[in-house]
Amino acid sequence: MTLTDQQKNRIIRRIYLSLSVLLLVLAGLRHAAKADEPAKVIEITAKRFEFIPAEITLKKGEAVTLRLTSQDVTHGFFVRPLKIDSDIEAGKTTEVRVTPETTGKFVTICDHFCGVNHGAMHMTINVVE
Amino acid sequence: MDRRKFMKITGTSVGMGVLYKVLPAFGGTPGLDEVLNFRGGKTGEKLAPFTFLQLSDAHVGFNGPPDPLGTKAFERAVELVNKLPNKPELVLFTGDLTHDSEDRDVHAGRMKQFQEIAGNMNAGKIMHVPGENDAGLDGGQLYREHFGETYYSFDHRGVHFVALDNVSRGKPEIGSEQLSWLKKDLARFPHQAPIVVFTHRPLFDLKPEWEWFTSDGDQVLNLLSPYENLTVLYGHIHREHEHIEGKSKHYAARSLIFAFPDPEQTAVKKPLPFDKEQPFKNLGIRIVDERGARQPLGIKDVELTLQEFGELNGVQQIMKGNGNDTD
Repeated sequence: MTLTDQQKNRIIRRIYLSLSVLLLVLAGLRHAAKADEPAKVIEITAKRFEFIPAEITLKKGEAVTLRLTSQDVTHGFFVRPLKIDSDIEAGKTTEVRVTPETTGKFVTICDHFCGVNHGAMHMTINVVE
Repeated sequence: MDRRKFMKITGTSVGMGVLYKVLPAFGGTPGLDEVLNFRGGKTGEKLAPFTFLQLSDAHVGFNGPPDPLGTKAFERAVELVNKLPNKPELVLFTGDLTHDSEDRDVHAGRMKQFQEIAGNMNAGKIMHVPGENDAGLDGGQLYREHFGETYYSFDHRGVHFVALDNVSRGKPEIGSEQLSWLKKDLARFPHQAPIVVFTHRPLFDLKPEWEWFTSDGDQVLNLLSPYENLTVLYGHIHREHEHIEGKSKHYAARSLIFAFPDPEQTAVKKPLPFDKEQPFKNLGIRIVDERGARQPLGIKDVELTLQEFGELNGVQQIMKGNGNDTD
């Protein structure tokens, strides 16, 4: 069977259209996958009566996951300006996702009483442009 | 006459604590009687003048920088109370009676030591709420064994006292169970009822990054907001502080161990250093300030004013203050 030029052109257009749709779908999937994954993960360890590290720096508008663990007892992780109020139970990993909306230097405290020097347990989260 | 203007409360710092005088401002008026009758019917007592003390943050068991004197300030406060010409009918202790210890026996020993020192005080009822050092690690178990329930209420001479626990859940919070209890507890009182709440941490956001707050304190204050004669006494911050929130007035008492700085003046939460030349500095004992001691709060219906005493003439000033009860 011999195809006419008109039929050949139609087939070629359909192939182009299908490839375009396929590329768009692949691009969309890739974008979605990227959005689901946090750009950055920061590990923070709590133990009587300190956080390690004692200071971290985040970028305004950039999503980050804080992966929190405790080496001894339950600790708190509280920083109101960043709307974070979480407990860190010993033996578990607690993940907190945050996208800072304002720059500044924010004191983060343990707000779950953990012992005699509990009141001195804090760290600093810097948020920069 | 505004019937709501039926009482005033004046507070007087007695060195390391606070002395409050509760007195009817318009005693003997027909309007007052009508307002107060509901109280007599509920408690068997009518509103009458009386004095009570607030003491806070003794941290029995703490011994070292910044205060190497241990329980000396607490013992001195007891001596001062015992020299008062009029025996206070009530003492409210707003938490951190003891310093925490992970050793249960050691902590129990500190609670007993607190009771021994407080037991030397010539006063009527001594009521307590826990601080996080008393009840933050074990959910209040040891505290309850020594001092009873962590939250409760009682009536005294027509005033309703509410003890709230914002420490034993580990976090600075009251919790839904206690909130429900509070709602029921308050339900039987008209909005004019004189109410004194005492607790450890401030119920408002005083300095959240220093843990000077109660996370669900706004819910507590919402429940209390209809009450027009509301005073909230707290400790925890180791310094005097006054705050007005809606119709309520909030007062912190000084510590009996060491002082914290003014958070408006410093970014770092660090106890003020011990001064061996003035070992009780910042724990109280200053000259009387008569300012406002006899000024009614007008539409707030409650007057609660702090006066400060000097070390040498504190007792004399207290005696002088007690002579002016009916002003």
